[in-house]
Formats: sequence, C-alpha cells, structure tokens
Amino acid sequence: MWPEVAINLEIMNTTKFLQVPDAVSAASDYLKNDADDHGELMTLNMGPSHPATHGVLRLKLVIDGEVIVSCDPVIGYLHRGMEKIAENCHYNQYVAYTDRFDYLAPMSNNIAYACAVEKLLGWELPERGQAIRVLCSELSRISSCFLGTGVYAMDTGAMTAFLYAYEEKEKVHNIYEQICGARFTSSYTRIGGMTRDLPKGIEKTILEFCDSAMRTVDEMEKLLLHNKIFIDRLVGVGVISREMALNCGMTGNNLRASGVQRDLRKTNPYIGYDKYEFDVPVAYEGDCYARFQVRMEEIRQSVRIIRQVLATMPGGPICVQLDKGILPNKKDAMQGIEELIRQFMVSTECVNAPAGQVYFAAENPKGELGFFLDSKGGGIANRLKMRSPSYCTLSILPELLPGHLVSDVGAILGSFDFVQGECDR
Amino acid sequence: MSLFDTIWNWCVDLLSNEIWFYLITTVVKLVLMFAVILAFVVLSVWIERRVAGWIQDRPGPNRAGIPLQLFRQFGSKEKQPLKEWLHFFGIPETCWIAKLCTWLRLDREIPTFGLMQPCLDGGKLFLKQELTPSYVRKVYFTIAPMLVLGPPMVATAVIPFASSVSTDFGVINMVVANIGIGPLWIFAISGLSVYGLTLAGWSSNSKYPFLGGLRATAQLISYEVAMGLSIIPLLMMFSTLNMQDIVQYQADNGWTLLPLWGEGLSWQRWAMMLPLGLSFLIFVTCVFAEANRTPFDMAECETDLVGGYHSEYSSMKFASFFMGEYAAMVIGSALVVTLFLGGWSIGFGADAALHSVCSWLAVFCQFIMFLIKLVAFIVFFVWVRWTLPRFRWDQVMKLGWLVFLELAVANIFLTAAVLYFVK
Repeated sequence: MWPEVAINLEIMNTTKFLQVPDAVSAASDYLKNDADDHGELMTLNMGPSHPATHGVLRLKLVIDGEVIVSCDPVIGYLHRGMEKIAENCHYNQYVAYTDRFDYLAPMSNNIAYACAVEKLLGWELPERGQAIRVLCSELSRISSCFLGTGVYAMDTGAMTAFLYAYEEKEKVHNIYEQICGARFTSSYTRIGGMTRDLPKGIEKTILEFCDSAMRTVDEMEKLLLHNKIFIDRLVGVGVISREMALNCGMTGNNLRASGVQRDLRKTNPYIGYDKYEFDVPVAYEGDCYARFQVRMEEIRQSVRIIRQVLATMPGGPICVQLDKGILPNKKDAMQGIEELIRQFMVSTECVNAPAGQVYFAAENPKGELGFFLDSKGGGIANRLKMRSPSYCTLSILPELLPGHLVSDVGAILGSFDFVQGECDR
Repeated sequence: MSLFDTIWNWCVDLLSNEIWFYLITTVVKLVLMFAVILAFVVLSVWIERRVAGWIQDRPGPNRAGIPLQLFRQFGSKEKQPLKEWLHFFGIPETCWIAKLCTWLRLDREIPTFGLMQPCLDGGKLFLKQELTPSYVRKVYFTIAPMLVLGPPMVATAVIPFASSVSTDFGVINMVVANIGIGPLWIFAISGLSVYGLTLAGWSSNSKYPFLGGLRATAQLISYEVAMGLSIIPLLMMFSTLNMQDIVQYQADNGWTLLPLWGEGLSWQRWAMMLPLGLSFLIFVTCVFAEANRTPFDMAECETDLVGGYHSEYSSMKFASFFMGEYAAMVIGSALVVTLFLGGWSIGFGADAALHSVCSWLAVFCQFIMFLIKLVAFIVFFVWVRWTLPRFRWDQVMKLGWLVFLELAVANIFLTAAVLYFVK
C-alpha cells in the first residue's frame, strides 16, 4: 500500500514550482493546498530527537488526522564514516571502532569483525577461544534483547518492565567489566584471539546471572504478555508478511517473527555454534506481539547456550598459535628479542593479510551483521563494507507505517529493536 | 477587665451573629481544605515517586533533607551545629539526647525521607526561566494552565471531610459548601479543566501539543458521560445528592462497598452489591481517565507526542499542569472515597460512639480517617500507573463509548430492577 496521495502532492508541487518560478505564486499555490484530495493532511516531523525514535532516527510523517498517510525515514544523523575509517587503520585498531556500531551489543560486533578478518586470513581459533567467543556473543545477545524488550515495553507505557530489564542488562555489564575491563565499549577481541583469558571464578557469576535472567524473563512475560492492554496495543499491529520481510532484507528476530527459520548460527555455524544445542524461536504472525515473543524466547535460548558453554569449557590457549600476527605474551616480549620485534610489528602493522575479498556475516542480536573485506595485502583493508541489520530493517518503514496510527509508531519502532549507531555507521 | 477578656467577648459577640459565624467558619474550612489539597498535591508527587521506586526495585527520592549545614553558612565552616546547640542548652555530648540526635543523623541534616524533594522541585520550577515561544497565542497560552489547576481546587468545596458539629453558636458542617447537588457540582467543575488542555494544545501553535490537546478533549468528553451515568445507581440508592448526607448514611449503615453494620447487614443491601460494584469499577476507571494518567495518558504520552499538550510550556506554567494533574488525582480519589468507601466515616459504629464522648474528638478522628483513605487510594492510583501499559487512544474511545457507556446505562436499569423488587 504505497501512499499515492503523498506522491501526487510532491509531483504536483514540483511541477507547479517549475511552471511558476515566482516564489509568491508558489506560496499561494501551496496555501490553496489543492493537491490534497483527502481534505487536510499534516506533515509531522518525528525526530531526530524524539523519545520513540531510539536515538536519532527522523521520520517525516504525513498524517490525516492520526492516520499515517506516508512516511519518509531520514537517517544519517549518527553517521561517523565508519567504513572509511577502516581504510585508514589496521585490523586490530579497527576493533575498537566496532564497539560503536551496535552499542547495545559491543561484544557481538567485536566477534563478528574479528571472525571476518580471520576468514580472510584463513585462521581457525583454538577451542577455548571459540567457546569464549560464543559465551560473550550470547551474553551480549541477552543484554541487547533485554534492552530491546524493556524499551519496547516503555514505548507502550509500561515503565516498570523496562527497569526490570535494565537491571539484568546492568548485570551483563558487570560481567563484561570482569571479563574485559570495560563495561560498555568492550573491544575484547583481537585478530586471532581475545585480549585476555576469562578471569577465575567468572563461571559462578555468569551462572547466577543466568538464573536471574530466566526469572526476569518469566516476570516480564507475566507482567506483559498476558496483559489485555499490551495485547490490544500489539496484536495485529505492524504486520510484516514473510515476503515483505524477505524483500526488505530483514534478518534476525524480526525475520524469524515473520515465519522464516533463518539463523546463521544454525545455517552457517561459526565459532563452534554447531557444538551446542539450542532452538531457534520462530513466530508466524509477523506482528509486534510476535516480535516481542520471539525476543523473549531468544533470551531463554541464549541462557541455554551459555550454560552448555560453561559446562563444556575446554582448556588451552585462547589465541591462534602462530609466530606472526599475534601479540606475544608480555613477559616474553620483555625478555626475548624475537618476541619484542613481533610485538612491535603486530602493534604497528598488524597481520600481513593476503589479497582477496571475503564476506562474513554473524548472527547478531539485531540481525545479520555482515562484513565485506577487500584486501590488497598488508594490515589495512582496502575497503570495508558493512551490512548492518538495522539499516535493512528500517527500510521497511515507508511500506509498513502508512495506515497505522501515530500511536503505533512507537510500538512498531520499538518492536524492530534497531540501533542508529549501526544503521548510520 | 483585661485585654484578653475584651477580645474574647468581642469574638463571642461576633460569632453569635449568624452571618459572621457562617462567614468565619466557611473561611476557616476553605483555608483548611485548600491547604490540605495543596499539601496532598505535593505529598502525592512524593508518594508517586516512592511507590514507583518500591515497585521498580530502586530507592526513589530519599535524600533531600533539611540540611543543617545551611546554618553553617552564617558562621565559620568548622562550626558543628549540633555540638553548638547541645552546648547552648547545656547538654553534655555523652547524654542520651545527644546520642539520639546523632542516631537520627541530626548532626548532618534533618531527615525527611525525601519529602523535601517535591518542594525543592517546585522551587526549581519556580526559579526556572520562563520561555514563551514567539509563535504562541499569548492570552490563551497564559490562561490554559490556570484553567487546569483551578477547577480541581474549586471542586473540593463539596467534599465533606468530617461530620457536622454543634457548638454554642450554631452547627458547623464540615464541608465548605453544603449544597444539594454535590456530585453534579464536581462533574460540572472538573469538566471545565478540559478547556485548559484544549487551549494549551491549540494556543501552543505547534503540532504535538495540538494532537495532545485534541486527544485530551476527546477522551475527557467521552469519559465524562460514562462517569456521570455510573454513579446514578448510587444516587438512586441514597436518594440524595448531598455529599454530607451520603457519607452520614454510610457512617450509620455501612460503607457502600462494605455494608457490615447498621442497615448494611440486611440482605436487601447485599443484593445491591452487584450494581454498586459494577458502578464502582466504571467510576474508578473513569476517574483514571479523567485524571489523564496511565493507562489513559495518551494526551501526553511521551513515546509518540513528546510531552503532549504541555510540550511548549516551561517554568511555573508547566508546574501548573503538573500540579493540576495531581490535583485531579487527589480530587478523584476523594470522590471515590466519599461515594464508595465511606468518606470520613470510621465505620463499625465508631462515629456515633466517638460523638457521644466528644464531638471535636470525633471530628478529628474522622478527618484523620478521611486522609488515610485518601492516601490509600492515591497509592492505588500510583500502583496502577506503574504496572499497566498505556492504551492507544482509539481503544480508549472504543472502551468509553462502546463498553462503559452501555454498561453504565444497563447498570441503571439493573439497579432500578433490584430496588423495585427488593425493597
């Protein structure tokens, strides 16, 4: 249902402007407003700083009463030239920038990027390194899904559920802090491994967190999922059919809520996801309620994976065992000349990657985060292209929003669980 | 004859005059009620935050005390006020009074459990720069906050806060205006506050407030109808519109929803519980909608309308809207308490017993009882706000016109049938 009215409006105004270049007559034409066959349309500018648009998305809505006639999303308010930056710093340096893509799940971005570069290099991580990556990736999935559902609940007016969810997210940040020293911008991975091993005793903290996360999920479901108001707000709102979702390139939870069973952890298992048992939650309704349900179930599955990882955590090294490209132990670097040179080389030039092109996509909390790397050799990418899930998800808005009410905008945007940092890059 | 006797005699003469007696008592009651409502607006903000904090696993405002450090500003910084005061009164520092003062943290600040927070917030809003955008319609823009804050204050006039007392000079009825159209007065006056919201939305000359104002208008009008109809069963039972009489009846014969003494023990009264319970549900929901609070706060829901009708307001004008909302909540609670939960009555025949001991004691206890009930209902209000999500405005309209209106009308017939067959 493409908004015909809005298109007519635009074309007619443009043609008039072309015929009558006089500004005064153009203005008077505009005031007559005869292009508006339905009566009175109003343009409502939502964002870039608006509570419903999570960050800096801007929506130009044309509304008839409270019904949306057309929607024009404007993105780019958080554009930082991330892809260009990648051409100017070596692979290890760029890890710190990946934190800022989807800043609600920084670990996942680190891991996805590191995996992409490792695919270019043809490296395979040792088992313990892989297990740690799975652990961190699932922790950040839990954190992101909690924030997604919590903020979503807040968008529909349920403030309390948001704070319950946020408390769990804080616990994940505490675990991050213990693992990598930073609460938010983790930068935990390096090309070919991690910065450091897991601290001693972290397993207990994580298992305790798993229990509390499960409790909170149950609590939030009790509070919201069977609530008549919540159901009325969400069921049948923002229905995305299977075809629409596929055409827009939606991925992750949003795609699975429309009935497509696609999860890269199952279809193209990376970092050893095939070793763990988990289900991929799928819903077939494709509405906001289904997306909420899928996201809640996602948390349960992530907890399940984390418990398996901790139960079968292998020993051994966390980095690729190579003589080149990997930072040596700090102690060795202070004693041996070989290691010192290696440390110097890795810090300044990183790895010597082969020339070639590689695409790697990881199943991030928001969807498939893909990195396309074009290398001409050396430690710096010739070109890096990101496939960001939020960007693709938001591209459905002009198609989806018309016909909905202004009040639904918050619910629909919340149900997508998008992040502007990733969309604008 | 001393000066005191002269003044006393003059007062007695003045009070013996019927007109002066009436004027003086009315003014005293008016000031008392106004002070209580204003205090409750502040208190309900505090209750809201504390209960919200409790529900959401966080402390809520618990710091802002009355800092004794303030007094240090006048002296040197090394001076310790508590020690000085103890020294001033000649109390040794090892005395239990000193220990008690330390235990109560009086050496740092007077703890108020965050009660000062709303007052300080008010002070902050008062001192804020007032930004009036250039594109607003200034006259209506200024009138709108007054129209929001004013009506709830006026509506309190008919709410009785204690039973009547007979003194040497005449009977004092503990209600500011003892008129025979109590609920009608409240509906008529509180309906006016919709003008405030509409004008605020319209005069702001901005799109979000405009939408908010429209929504508020539509919502208030639709719920006003159901609200008015929902209490008709109650009035049919009481056969009066005088609020004081309604509460007096409840004090003697059991509260509307708790008929456990007097006439309330009869099976006829219990047969009325079904229609009364139904009208309670409808009425409470409508009160929530009238007070513009979650789950019915679509007029100012921040997720799609930013701030709704008060987006363009700042400083004290914004504070008026804020206070108006809480005042509406307090009045709504007072109305529910008066009509359904026995108003000032203590219940179980305690009112009459206390009256036989001392009328003024009875009045005092009843007033306290009224405040307790009010606080309890305000807590309920807050509880609902922090538990439920928000309706969408078209669902609210549907609920109002298609469910509550029909239910309220059906309830009137049901009550009539019960009254006809039972009594």
